[in-house]
Amino acid sequence: MKIYVPLDSAAKALGADNVADALATAAKEAGKDVEIIRTGTRGMLWLEPLVEVETDAGRTGFGPCLPSDAAAIIEGAANHPKALGLVDDLPWMKRQTRLTFQRVGVIDPLDLADYEAHGGLTGLRNAIAMSPADVVQHVTDSGLRGRGGAGFPTGIKWKTVHDAEAPQKYIVCNADEGDSGTFADRMIMEGDPFTLIEGMIIAGLAVGATKGYIYLRSEYPDAINIINQAIAVAEKAGVLGDDVLGSGRAFHLENRVGAGAYVCGEETSLLNSLEGKRGVVRAKPPLPALEGFLGRPTVVNNVISLATVPVIMEKGAQYYADFGLGRSKGTIPLQIAGNVKFGGLFETAFGLPLGEIVNDLAGGTRSGAPVKAVQVGGPLGAYFAPHQFDTPFGYEEFDGAGGLIGHAGLTIFDDSADMLGMARFAMEFCAVESCGKCTPCRIGAVRGVETIDRIAAGDADAIPLLTDLCDTMKDGSLCALGGFTPYPVMSALTLFPDDFAAQKKAAE
Amino acid sequence: MSADLSTPADLADRVSAICADHAHLEGPMLPILHAVQAEYGYIPEAALQIIAKANGVTRAEVHGTMSFYHDFRTQPAGKTVVKICRAEACQAQGANALADSAKSKLGVDWHGTTPNGAVTLEPVYCLGLCACGPAALVDDKVVGLVDDAKLDAILAEAGA
Ligand SMILES: Cc1cc2nc3c(=O)[nH]c(=O)nc-3n(C[C@H](O)[C@H](O)[C@H](O)COP(=O)(O)O)c2cc1C
Repeated sequence: MKIYVPLDSAAKALGADNVADALATAAKEAGKDVEIIRTGTRGMLWLEPLVEVETDAGRTGFGPCLPSDAAAIIEGAANHPKALGLVDDLPWMKRQTRLTFQRVGVIDPLDLADYEAHGGLTGLRNAIAMSPADVVQHVTDSGLRGRGGAGFPTGIKWKTVHDAEAPQKYIVCNADEGDSGTFADRMIMEGDPFTLIEGMIIAGLAVGATKGYIYLRSEYPDAINIINQAIAVAEKAGVLGDDVLGSGRAFHLENRVGAGAYVCGEETSLLNSLEGKRGVVRAKPPLPALEGFLGRPTVVNNVISLATVPVIMEKGAQYYADFGLGRSKGTIPLQIAGNVKFGGLFETAFGLPLGEIVNDLAGGTRSGAPVKAVQVGGPLGAYFAPHQFDTPFGYEEFDGAGGLIGHAGLTIFDDSADMLGMARFAMEFCAVESCGKCTPCRIGAVRGVETIDRIAAGDADAIPLLTDLCDTMKDGSLCALGGFTPYPVMSALTLFPDDFAAQKKAAE
Repeated sequence: MSADLSTPADLADRVSAICADHAHLEGPMLPILHAVQAEYGYIPEAALQIIAKANGVTRAEVHGTMSFYHDFRTQPAGKTVVKICRAEACQAQGANALADSAKSKLGVDWHGTTPNGAVTLEPVYCLGLCACGPAALVDDKVVGLVDDAKLDAILAEAGA
């Protein structure tokens, strides 16, 4: 009997380790031969810990499980109150197009043989058989755009590095995932780390880089642990090293741990941090693609951008490009978070209307109260109100609606949210996390908190001042920390003016 | 963590050894600072000069790097570090009330340590547990859907 229990940190945070222990004990007591396999999460976080039992028909689920459910699951009680039926047939799973996340929740993340049995390494083998320029062209043709937030075409970035002449080039994976409401990077690093490693090797072969770094935030101890183990397994198997899969070409990979600075997710700040300096943002140009890590040509890509390359190289550029909407091609792992009934990760082609995500997939709020606002794209993303729920999920579409999709996290708030408080928090966060290089960000954010406090105290004259300050921050900051903090602040102010006026009335 | 027992000579030896272990890396500064903190629980003042010398930079540069990052401490923390997420997704699920409750139960503000040295309370901006918040990190252990009862259990176990 094979039983699958997630080791993903969201599942662990809800007690998955205790459930796994209880299952082992119950199996022993029942005298049954049970193999417990730890996997990533399927992404249905309201069902975690989700236990799956292998049957002839497929894997059947039970969740959310407590240790006290273990004995009944071992007995095979299909009519157990927590029995969910076949996991692949659950609507949340059936409605997805899982390309990047095809193996997450399915395989043991450190079992390289299982990875290969599920299509892993096919993309890399295909890439080895092609010329580097053809690999770059393939990624360009797929339409893949950076999933870290800026949406820059990945193939074009790779071409710049490919065309640069240098004795050493680098691939740097941005695994700093600092945006609240996002966890796709964490989920893939914990649930299918070889996909990321494979994507980085393909990037290295394509641009002529023999060395890669993952810059992984320290707030993810479980992901750090799994990535370190996965690198060791890949080295031992000859996937990483001087002779990648016998190709005669080298790629070495090192994991580096961040130190708790949000701004280090910004690519130039990240490079400074990797070099061992303060994580201060660099002016661009020079582009990191030409002068990046230690001044060498460097690809900096988000985890999901890199982890999507293997499936593109496996199934073809056109296959990937056929999904999506307009210039947003392929699939996007939506991360549905905050006050929601059904939260988790849902990978789908671009184009779903925001309202369908919030009301249909997420099922509205966990509290049962009406949805008031949705922040899309992390702490630098705009708030959306229900009247904007017809906006389709795509880069240009969200830009057109005054927002951004960022790393595709959606944080849902019910009607108890205080939007002045959220605007204040955005400014406070910017002040805490500013690298200090640009005055509008460093000082402006502090003034922003003070100005919002004045509004809260009933000073309506402070509202135009806040608007003016946001314009200055937008125009006068090198990176999007200072430059985009005005998105949540101004969207809160314009969409929810009552939250900024109530205190005024009270004071009058 | 035997920081209190080490003599200055011990400290110099140990920190030098850590620097030597990392000398082959490109950009070894963060790995060195993490390793020193793993050894001592914080970055002892006396370590800065040794790290500086081993890496061919000034002490001020090491201090500048160290002080940029929230993770590095200049003082030992309590026996257990409890980090509570303050970011938006957890706020949408009641993190502000949880934080207030933790502060009042412990009688400390953010970054404070209980008088008995059991618990240090810290804010964290996102643990990637955004659909099962409020979330906390207790040393290296993740906890989701933290309510008052779970918080009490965490603090009791830590001996706060
Ligand atoms: C303040 C700030 C924080 C950022 N944080 C991240 C992050 O955590 N992860 C990420 O991939 N990109 C982040 N970015 C975007 C990166 O600068 C960069 O665009 C990205 O790593 C490029 O990779 P991609 O093209 O694959 O998206 C951040 C940008 C800013 C301004």
